[in-house]
Amino acid sequence: MTLLRLAPILTLAVMLGPVIAGLGGTLLPAIGIMPVLGSAEPGLGPVRDLLAWPGLPRAAGLSLFTGLASTALALTLTMLICAGWQGTRAFSWLERVLSPLLSVPHAAAAFGLAFLIAPSGWIARLIAPVAGWERPPDLLILQDPMGLSLIAGLVVKEMPFLLLMSLAALPALRPAETLVTARSLGHSRTGGWLRTVFPRLYPQLRLPLYAVLAFSMSVVDVAMILGPSTPPTLSVQVLRWMNDPDLAMRLRAAAGAVLQLLLTLGALGMWRLGELLVARAGRAWIETGARGPRDGLLRGVALLAGAVSAGAVVLGLAMLAVWSVAGFWGFPALWPSSLTAQGWTRSGAALAGPAVQTALIAGVSVGTALLLVIACLEAEDHLGLRPGRRALWLLYLPLLVPQIAFLPGLQVLALISGMDGTLGAVIAAHVVFVLPYVFLSLSDPWRRRDPRHARIARALGASPSRVFWRVSLPMMLRPVLTATAVGTAVSVGLFLPTLLLGAGRVPTLTTEAVALASGGSRRVVGVTALAQTAAAFLPFALALAIPALAWRNRKGMQHG
Amino acid sequence: MTFKAPPLIALALAASLGPVQAFAQTATQDTPQTPAQTGDRNTPDPADWPAVLAEAEGETVYWNAWGGSDSVNAFIDWIGDKAAEQGVTLEHVKLSDTAEAVSRVLAEKTAGRDSGGGIDLVWINGENFAAMKDEGLLFGPWAEELPNRALTNPSNAALTADFTVPTEGYESPWGMAQLVFFHDSARLAEPPRSMATLLAWAQANPGRFTYPQPPDFIGSTFLKQALIEFSPDMIALESPVDAADYEATTAPLWAFLDELTPQLWREGRAYPQSSARLIQLMADNEIDIGMEFNPNAASNAIANGQLPDSVRSYIHDGGTIGNASFVAIPFNANAKAGAMVVADILLSPEAQARMADPAVWGLGTVLDLEALSPEQKAPFDEIAFGPATLEPSEMGTPLPEPHPSWMVRLEEDWTSRYGVAE
Repeated sequence: MTLLRLAPILTLAVMLGPVIAGLGGTLLPAIGIMPVLGSAEPGLGPVRDLLAWPGLPRAAGLSLFTGLASTALALTLTMLICAGWQGTRAFSWLERVLSPLLSVPHAAAAFGLAFLIAPSGWIARLIAPVAGWERPPDLLILQDPMGLSLIAGLVVKEMPFLLLMSLAALPALRPAETLVTARSLGHSRTGGWLRTVFPRLYPQLRLPLYAVLAFSMSVVDVAMILGPSTPPTLSVQVLRWMNDPDLAMRLRAAAGAVLQLLLTLGALGMWRLGELLVARAGRAWIETGARGPRDGLLRGVALLAGAVSAGAVVLGLAMLAVWSVAGFWGFPALWPSSLTAQGWTRSGAALAGPAVQTALIAGVSVGTALLLVIACLEAEDHLGLRPGRRALWLLYLPLLVPQIAFLPGLQVLALISGMDGTLGAVIAAHVVFVLPYVFLSLSDPWRRRDPRHARIARALGASPSRVFWRVSLPMMLRPVLTATAVGTAVSVGLFLPTLLLGAGRVPTLTTEAVALASGGSRRVVGVTALAQTAAAFLPFALALAIPALAWRNRKGMQHG
Repeated sequence: MTFKAPPLIALALAASLGPVQAFAQTATQDTPQTPAQTGDRNTPDPADWPAVLAEAEGETVYWNAWGGSDSVNAFIDWIGDKAAEQGVTLEHVKLSDTAEAVSRVLAEKTAGRDSGGGIDLVWINGENFAAMKDEGLLFGPWAEELPNRALTNPSNAALTADFTVPTEGYESPWGMAQLVFFHDSARLAEPPRSMATLLAWAQANPGRFTYPQPPDFIGSTFLKQALIEFSPDMIALESPVDAADYEATTAPLWAFLDELTPQLWREGRAYPQSSARLIQLMADNEIDIGMEFNPNAASNAIANGQLPDSVRSYIHDGGTIGNASFVAIPFNANAKAGAMVVADILLSPEAQARMADPAVWGLGTVLDLEALSPEQKAPFDEIAFGPATLEPSEMGTPLPEPHPSWMVRLEEDWTSRYGVAE
């Protein structure tokens, strides 16, 4: 009883404690306090040093631009797809293709995309015979100074996430009914949807969108693969300073991390302002009552964008698969001149140990997150402890604070407590990031479940715990497994937390993939990225297969 | 509401949260605690080698070493087998950048962890060594007492000074590397063999040359190579940069780069992030010249199917920069004796011959072949060099590295001139 009452507090402590502690650990060096470097007096030295770095305006501007642009683009496309196609066969097809893409790790998707769109990439190789290229054109497609490839890479990964979030929120809004009304009043499908469904959907998407914005602005691995380097985005530059042999750079790095945090807050503020402007303009637009033009073209564009985005990731993964077994494969050959299993026998074998670690870390951290989340949700039911809007914000905090801003500080604290380099520290750090996603994917289905089943079971004399184990949990099997899959995908993809708290002694597929990828061989990149993708994808496959198997003789559960 | 908490859930919660909760609590404490590790503060003395061997028995050595190459990783695995024969377990902690290890030791020192540290041995040289030595992050001196150290030439300056910083027994050498260039002879028959001819060639073939973006190690080495070729004042380069006339010494370098940059791949608006990317760009026919810090890199890439077999290596007429790779022990290492044993294995003729074999890796040996017995020397004589590998005699005497402060200054200036656009 008391434990259940404590569950929400405990959950917040487990999640927020490390974030807050880590931020403190970053803030001190930023104002010059780092006794081990002989710097104990607070001062603005690091800040001045940061401001004097000539690349700062561009790096900060890039972070801001790529973050805002990719989030806005991903949102627009997702909404247009929903508006134009929800409820159609094409939509359920797209949904089926995009959803599994959620599990593709960002780095793997970025590598695949890079090989597709590079001037010597596969698309260029398709064009080469037609255009008569013997050499790849000297075009600045990847690493372009505007960060356009980086934006593309982020959009293809964020669209599935936003689509899934929309799909989770939509049923409660009963869009079909309002849409019928709107269309009977003469609105097009897209126009009607944007007028009647979108304004109600958006508030539910707001927090996930903020998380996407914060993530896109501070992402490190994708920015290193697709982003510019002269200068890179701020978060990549901060990581470089942290890794600089000149130890005094740590202070500048800390100041940069704080700036990244401020930048993220600023971008969130700008987004909020944009929301207000769009809302005002939208209201005026709706109130004119204009019926607008036909939406055929818009629907076509939306579907095409969705298909291209999904196609890019799928084709990119296929390319990685071919690279993983390729012998020499020069430009402009469409296929490798020979195939070899060397990549899998050499690097693949070395990945067995990290694969076990990855599974162990994901298993324990997701298990812990599930227990806490289910305990919180049960506490809601039994004790009426419903989280307010503010608590929901707290839940999102680990996703809104840039990783680069609090993980280095957290590393030092883990060292002080002697927990660094242990599996426990890595798992604890993973829980911080896994928990919000598990909560988000489980809370809605859990709250929406029909309370009458439990009531009947109680009336028949079952104890509360028996009701939980025999009625509530089995009926929630599908959402629990989905939450597990989401949590596992998050855990598998975590790079910085694993690296910094694991002291390099806790190798996972992701840390090995990055270490091996520094050698640059595309074959090795192909092998590790595929292994990483498989680790994230397997739970999704199981989440689909297990309920189908368990409920093969329960007709009422087959579509729940 | 009067429901009781489901007991099983409560139990499971309590059981699973133990460690996590403990973490959340300890993580917020900021007073240093005495580490509870089994670490020893004692300092094994390599002069008493049997004692070191006895102490090393049963220790686990965490060797932090760059993990980006299959062949290097396989060689380190093999060293692990040798260490196991002496009762030492070797764990290769794969880094994507050696600076990660420097960061880590620094973080440990920040946290007051003076023993039982997470790193026992680190593959290091140059800037990283200078930084760690300066900050007192290294254990030593120990390296000159290793039994196999006697097989090196004591007057070999490359082993006693690392980028001109005296090693003073704080790191033990294990491999010699030298900057080599490579070209695809099928596309480019006669490569430019100096920086001056490289510029002329790049002007005639725009977009076909690039170098890794400094501060990448190879990219910075390219800058230093150019600096040496244009300002052959080696005495200035040997001393810290503050003591020299920096502007005058580097002016020809910047003039060269100002002319070269618009002729580079992507007009110098983007740079590859590592030398490994150069190999890929060669294979993709995006560039015609690559560079590496391992004479055997091109042969390795051919054997791996990354480059066509028409690729050949070459060096510049005036010679190229070379330096030694070392291993060092952090001040708070947990298994110092075990780390010494591994460092000594690295210096053994068996390991050195294996390392020098292009079929395994192809890094140059640090041993003095004249000092070896005929049996010790035999495996070196059997090494077969690949068609794309220059034989040691063709490599000439490596040019010495400038003082590390030059590299720091060059990297900074390069970044503000070419690395931040505009």
